[in-house]
Amino acid sequence: MKVLVTVKRVIDYNVKVRVKPDNSDVDLANVKMALNPFCEIAVEEAVRLKESGKVSEVVVASIGPKACQEQIRTALALGADRGIHIDTPDMPESLVVAKLLAKVVEAEAPDLVVMGKQSIDGDNNQTGQMLAALLGRPQATFASVVNLEEGKAVVTREVDGGLQTLSLMLPAIVTTDLRLNEPRYASLPNIMKAKKKPLDVTTPESLGVEMTVHTRVLSVEPPAERSGGIQVKSVDELIDKLKNEAKVI
Amino acid sequence: MRESMEFDVVIVGAGPSGLSAACRLMQLASENAYELTVCVVEKGSEVGAHVLSGAVVEPRALEELFPDWQDRGAPLTVPVKEDQLFMLRNATKAIKLPNMLVPKTMHNQGNYVASVGNLSRWLAEQAEQLGVEIFPGFAAAEVLYHEDGSVKGVATGDMGVAADGSQKDSYMPGMELHAKYTLFAEGCRGHLGKQLYQRFDLSKNADAQHYAIGIKELWDIDPTLHDPGRVIHGSGWPLDNDASGGFFLYHTDNNQVVVGLIVDLNYANPYLSPFDEFQRLKHHPVLKQYLTGGKRVAYGARAIAKGGLNALPEMTFPGGLLIGCEAGTLNFAKIKGTHTAMKSGMIAAETVFASLKEGDQGGQVLADFNVAFKGSWLYSELYQSRNFGPALHKFGTYLGGAFNVLDQNILGGKLPVTLRDLKEDYAQMRPAAEFSPISYPKPDGVISFDKLSSVFLSNTNHEEDQLCHLTLKDPDIPLTVNLPVYAEPAQRYCPAGVYEVIEDADGPRFQINGQNCVHCKTCDIKDPSQNIVWVSPEGGGGPNYPNM
Amino acid sequence: MAILILTEHDNQSLKSATLNAVTAAEQIGGEIHLLVAGFNCGAVAEQAAQVNGVSRVILADNQAYQNGLAENVSALMVELAGDYSHLLAASTSHGKNCMPRVAALLNVAQISDICGVESADTFRRPIYAGNAIATVQALDEVKVITVRGTAFDPALGSGASATIDSITSVHLSEAVQFVNEELAESERPELTAANTVVSGGRGLGNGENFGLLESLADKLGAAVGASRAAVDAGFVPNDMQVGQTGKIVAPNLYIAVGISGAIQHLAGMKDSKVIVAINKDEDAPIFQIADYGLVADLFEAVPELTQKL
Repeated sequence: MKVLVTVKRVIDYNVKVRVKPDNSDVDLANVKMALNPFCEIAVEEAVRLKESGKVSEVVVASIGPKACQEQIRTALALGADRGIHIDTPDMPESLVVAKLLAKVVEAEAPDLVVMGKQSIDGDNNQTGQMLAALLGRPQATFASVVNLEEGKAVVTREVDGGLQTLSLMLPAIVTTDLRLNEPRYASLPNIMKAKKKPLDVTTPESLGVEMTVHTRVLSVEPPAERSGGIQVKSVDELIDKLKNEAKVI
Repeated sequence: MRESMEFDVVIVGAGPSGLSAACRLMQLASENAYELTVCVVEKGSEVGAHVLSGAVVEPRALEELFPDWQDRGAPLTVPVKEDQLFMLRNATKAIKLPNMLVPKTMHNQGNYVASVGNLSRWLAEQAEQLGVEIFPGFAAAEVLYHEDGSVKGVATGDMGVAADGSQKDSYMPGMELHAKYTLFAEGCRGHLGKQLYQRFDLSKNADAQHYAIGIKELWDIDPTLHDPGRVIHGSGWPLDNDASGGFFLYHTDNNQVVVGLIVDLNYANPYLSPFDEFQRLKHHPVLKQYLTGGKRVAYGARAIAKGGLNALPEMTFPGGLLIGCEAGTLNFAKIKGTHTAMKSGMIAAETVFASLKEGDQGGQVLADFNVAFKGSWLYSELYQSRNFGPALHKFGTYLGGAFNVLDQNILGGKLPVTLRDLKEDYAQMRPAAEFSPISYPKPDGVISFDKLSSVFLSNTNHEEDQLCHLTLKDPDIPLTVNLPVYAEPAQRYCPAGVYEVIEDADGPRFQINGQNCVHCKTCDIKDPSQNIVWVSPEGGGGPNYPNM
Repeated sequence: MAILILTEHDNQSLKSATLNAVTAAEQIGGEIHLLVAGFNCGAVAEQAAQVNGVSRVILADNQAYQNGLAENVSALMVELAGDYSHLLAASTSHGKNCMPRVAALLNVAQISDICGVESADTFRRPIYAGNAIATVQALDEVKVITVRGTAFDPALGSGASATIDSITSVHLSEAVQFVNEELAESERPELTAANTVVSGGRGLGNGENFGLLESLADKLGAAVGASRAAVDAGFVPNDMQVGQTGKIVAPNLYIAVGISGAIQHLAGMKDSKVIVAINKDEDAPIFQIADYGLVADLFEAVPELTQKL
């Protein structure tokens, strides 16, 4: 079986986000970038499936400017076999990403696509679901357990209030949640080997996908600063405020 | 059995000295059509993550290494336009010194305001293009030795070890990196360097090394107040009573300034808090005038090796060399260490290459390094400024400053006297009973801030479940010695709030918040009991300094 | 303009998240219809018909929709989409699961997790884990949107009497099967999903004293969290830690007891709708961001609060 994994280059989760003074975007100049944590979990899951013998090849794809090849190499160092870079001048919207990935799926015909549930920059949580819809295939989002069997994937998902288990006929799309696994470290020898693994570059034009624009970001602002509220003098006053003013109890 | 990889040269630390050495090695290899394998290991999550410096950079070494550095896009883009020097009299007054009274070494024409972190990132790109393997996220945790006692290389730390020492699911044993020569470029007070100093008695002919702590912030400021290339230095308040040091404020690009305070670590008063001194300093009009209406973006701290020539150890030992601040090549008179670190790396590279080319299989003491070093501009520079630091230590800020003006401006450092400064910094601390606690003003949350908010902006992070990397030789000393005698000064000299003494119901408890550590090494230096031994945490942990 | 909202329910009753989505719809403007897709869910449709502001309920009662499988529900929504300018759902795991399929099948973008409505086509939404807010304009004819519940007041659950129209359209994907569901039965909700969180810090003094918070949490049906200081001091296990390196929570009500309010803790709870702080130190930084602050000894105030609730 073949698994396709997608990875995205995003701001490192340790870096404090700053909005540009002109409010056009978040300031990414010279900021540390990294592999999206949910994508890292996706790569780990795919590699574990390969190590269990159920999967023979893990292909990793990423979309964006040349720098995202760094994240593909990281995925290769973690155990993926082959990389695909779709070269775009900037990061396309989720729908376009899904369309590009649909073309990759058509060409590669993986049995399973594993993706992070969302990226920590846009926090959209859409692409996996959109890809599944475009392909007319079933999906299991927010996966916390993935079991591959003959012709199907049995996936436990984290939903509000608990866990849900679905059985999907392959090919299917799975998006990962935080508790699915704990990604491994890339070892030095694997990092060096990753440099020699194949990495093909293609473009939206070659794939026949138009980079349409469906949304426009008008401004980006820092969140409203929480300011201090009021001091209450007693427990009674607190209860009163919470009941009648804030209406949270 | 750990796996191993073989290289011709392994370099520990991807800072200016390590990366310059790497680049120079590959340049020489290329020029001589010689195959060379060079690898650099770096404990930070990326190159530059742990690099922190002011800085005003003298381009001299960069010019030698890459004459076309401008075309290559080196991030030295803000030339210094103006130097200002202030003596702060008190919280509100200051005297601006006329240029004549400024030591020549502090004139910055021809230099650049730059981020050494970004410079390191750029050097890493050049190095990779030249064929150097750079591995960020891997901490060199152990020095490896041949049977004959020569250095064989280093081993990276095990990853995936839990706080109780057990192996987690993600456990990955460290890797041995074997090399003919290993260059140690960990910066000031490197933890492996500390072991090498001991093992090979590298300081036997040198004065004690002297240190300072540099605490720095990066600020977005009001564009109307911004003047790129303006370089401001000063001294005096608030440090004149208890400690020596000085501040800097440099206008870089992007409507940003960098501002910081350097406090010598030979201070005696255990109640001194360099962090709080820095926070209150920023309220002085000379600095506040730029920070008003601005926003703090990043924070960090790092110890500085400032002993200069007199404190330079033997830099060569069997199978390896110390380069950069690991040895202590910083020129304190100029308060610049980047170009000197780079040059020391380049000299080391040239020495190592020449020896390898002759068929050297490694493990030797490369005595030619000392010859090359002595004949270099690096040595002349360090010789000229050898008295600067000791003068300030010996004579204090004012007289020491006057001495330095005499020595540097008029005598060009050729005063036929070498001031010796032999007492170790940690030994200078006096008991708390001789002092009163210092009442620092509360931060206002606009110009000055608390420690935890500051650490937050260093983007520091460590894997939670791991062994604590601030190790104690004796776990009881903080409460049985440091607390009663010195009021446990770790609570104050640490700029990241790592150390706390907490009053529990059954008495005080010493708590180490390793998570907060910004890898500055001040605790290792300043603990009066020399009980704290900083070791590398799991690779990839620590600060993630942006543009610092 | 007309808006169709995917109703959140468990086949028995309507979930409150829907009411927040209705408010968002009201701010967008236009007729509001609720889609109730489920199995034996007539009661939900009845409740939906009463929600203030709703003029029509579309009921699709079929086994295909019993477990809210995205493949089926989204196909149904796509079938109905032609009449609407906006398709909404609350940003619950159900809404997040279904709506992007709807968007992709309609070849339009989705605006996820909106926290504000500027106009019928412009919305605010959090990005970078809420560290920035983007104002986004949707350029497509049909806008597909998920709504962050805590950002909108709930619409009144009564006051309307909308029509309920049953439809028989069945969309059943052969490729997916529901296997089972395990809903958390514990008395205490999970920290990151809880509506109310009571958190304790170093001021609690020891692990036993956390019992005080547990009693309060029981009264409120809340989860119990802790600051890093409390975890480091060994009072409580680290899966209770709220903060930069712990869990990030955004409940309706967050009560911080004996917590100083270091920025690392704030990073984990700053998006709470209402923050209450109880601390005997009036200078504690937490008071600077608490909506209601009580300077008091927690050992007196917390039991009093528990008793009087």
